[in-house]
Amino acid sequence: MSSFEALPAPAVLPRAGGANVADRLFRGTTLLFALSVVVIMVLMVGAMLRTALPAIRAFGWHFPFTSTWDPVAERFGALPFIYGTLVSSLLALSIAVPLSLGGAIFLVELAPHWLAQPIAFLIDLLASIPSVVYGLWGIFILAPWLRTTVQPTLAALLGFLPLFQGPAYGVGMLAAGMILAIMVIPFISGVSREVLMAVPNSQREAALALGATKWEAIRTAVLPYSRSGIIGAIILGLGRALGETMAVTMVIGNRPEIALSLFAPGYTMASVIANEFAEATSDFHLAALIEIGLLLFGVTILVNGLARLLVWSVAGNGAATVRE
Amino acid sequence: MRWSYIHKHKWMVFGVLGVAALSALVSLPSITGEVSAEMLINGAGATFPYPLYSKWFSEYAKVDPSARFNYQSIGSGGGIRQVKAGTVDFGASDAALSDEDLKKMPRALFHIPTVAGAVVITYNLPGVGKGLKLTPDALAEVYLGQVTRWNDAKIASLNPNMNLPAQQIIVVHRSDGSGTTNIFATYLNAISNTWATKVGKGTSVNWPVGLGGKGNEGVAGQVKQTPGAIGYVELAYAEQNKLPYALLKNRAGRFVEPSLEATSAAVAGAIAELVKDVRVPIVNSPGEHAYPIAGLTYLLVYQTQDDQKKAASLAKFLWWAIHDGQKYAPELLYAPLAPQLVKVIESTIKQMTFQGKPVLAAH
Repeated sequence: MSSFEALPAPAVLPRAGGANVADRLFRGTTLLFALSVVVIMVLMVGAMLRTALPAIRAFGWHFPFTSTWDPVAERFGALPFIYGTLVSSLLALSIAVPLSLGGAIFLVELAPHWLAQPIAFLIDLLASIPSVVYGLWGIFILAPWLRTTVQPTLAALLGFLPLFQGPAYGVGMLAAGMILAIMVIPFISGVSREVLMAVPNSQREAALALGATKWEAIRTAVLPYSRSGIIGAIILGLGRALGETMAVTMVIGNRPEIALSLFAPGYTMASVIANEFAEATSDFHLAALIEIGLLLFGVTILVNGLARLLVWSVAGNGAATVRE
Repeated sequence: MRWSYIHKHKWMVFGVLGVAALSALVSLPSITGEVSAEMLINGAGATFPYPLYSKWFSEYAKVDPSARFNYQSIGSGGGIRQVKAGTVDFGASDAALSDEDLKKMPRALFHIPTVAGAVVITYNLPGVGKGLKLTPDALAEVYLGQVTRWNDAKIASLNPNMNLPAQQIIVVHRSDGSGTTNIFATYLNAISNTWATKVGKGTSVNWPVGLGGKGNEGVAGQVKQTPGAIGYVELAYAEQNKLPYALLKNRAGRFVEPSLEATSAAVAGAIAELVKDVRVPIVNSPGEHAYPIAGLTYLLVYQTQDDQKKAASLAKFLWWAIHDGQKYAPELLYAPLAPQLVKVIESTIKQMTFQGKPVLAAH
């Protein structure tokens, strides 16, 4: 996904005439495949809009900005879910980014080969664990540990901050953020590693030849060169965190409330869909859940769009920094 | 794969694609042909009775080898939607449909009760032990967030022999929509006016307090891990995992342990109402030994059928399920139907028709 191999020139150059028929056919077929993805997206959004219509009509612009979620009285608002999705993902990134980046830099720049290989393999292995296993681990090991050890410690040291107040349940936003962090580490770290490895050795050698220490070489020559790739890796991790469902549902506490404390239970958009979709009997309840799905779609596009803008702006500066 | 490689071998690539497409086209009719020859009866719905239903389908194959069943346990909501759309031959739901929902169905829909289940209150109080006693009021107030400590007089007065701590009660409920939640909320709805006005009943409700766990295992896991927690799980799940449970005061004033017998007693106790309409909830049943948080699970079939052979098979299966099939229920921890209720269902199955004629041969 990140090895940017330059495409070699075609072995046989296309000639004018007969051979072009096959070429055109091939181009047409691949175009069809490419377009089919777009068509599927459009159809999906269309189908979702149609099912969500009753909720969109009834709540209009209030839907994303109100907090009541009452399937019995059929009053629905999505704000706590949007909040929960964003906060749990940001929390996950704030834990995962330093860990993944630090790990990737160590593995590519500093670690001896015999150590780098097995560690990289183990980190990649994290990606292949099913999310339900993460969830069960969260319920039975992480949450009790948070409740008995981590949360009391945080409350004692940083209890003056509203982030670390309130009763310790174990499950909650903090547990969700930590599980998500572990789940996105292999993505961020894997891509960052590839990006760092793609930095030409001449960059490093040039810095070292000018008398830079190892750290200075990494900071001035390697990181600026790979900055946009690393941001891309973080975006990939963020996308994964926003959409993750099962593991989060199992540890977040599933309470549609906005609480400042990270100890308090929360709820995410993906979780409420997974929780209530199968047993939603009324069309209206279903419509509200589908509208949450649409919102998740929108939030993901928005966040990714913002991140991409960031990459473009940074990529421009990146080259300039390298030249400094 | 590199471009030059594709370019060199393009005819081979197209050939492979073509063969794949052709074989897909050819195999389609053969699959559908197979299905119609063997008579496949499709169903979808509730997950709670799925272990029993799959046992039934395999046992029934010995009785009538010509009928094959395909059941998707996608949840009651999905089952109801698929029945409505006519994509399955029968649906299954843990919650009975309201009159209003029944009116939205294209044709008259029958509820066939199959077995009963119960919901158990489980808790985690280190050093307190089994057999905590609870009244309906106390339980409702805990779930409403009005009783917040274990040593509250409302609970302590019921358990004079227990040394209840001054610990906060951590309420746990199901986060996923479920028949279990429906039975539990229906019960609280029946015994507490405050609950009825503030929360109501359904497969998902707006919980006044507490943490949500996904599935029985999620609730049980959170209760087990958290001292001071209280939660509710399905009877079968509580038995299999040996969870501590509370005794509940029933309508007759007895403290009853949850069990299969007490669940069947709840069905029998509500029989006077069930005879009129099998959809009435059997929570807070008046039977003397009845466990109060119980509910029936249903198969949903249309009264008028449009495939005679299939309808006959389905009706025969339903008849078998409420008679011979019942003996498989207890070993899988479902409560069998009371005999009085079986009589009611018999007459319902006899009312299934194809072009005005009953589909079931006389029994």
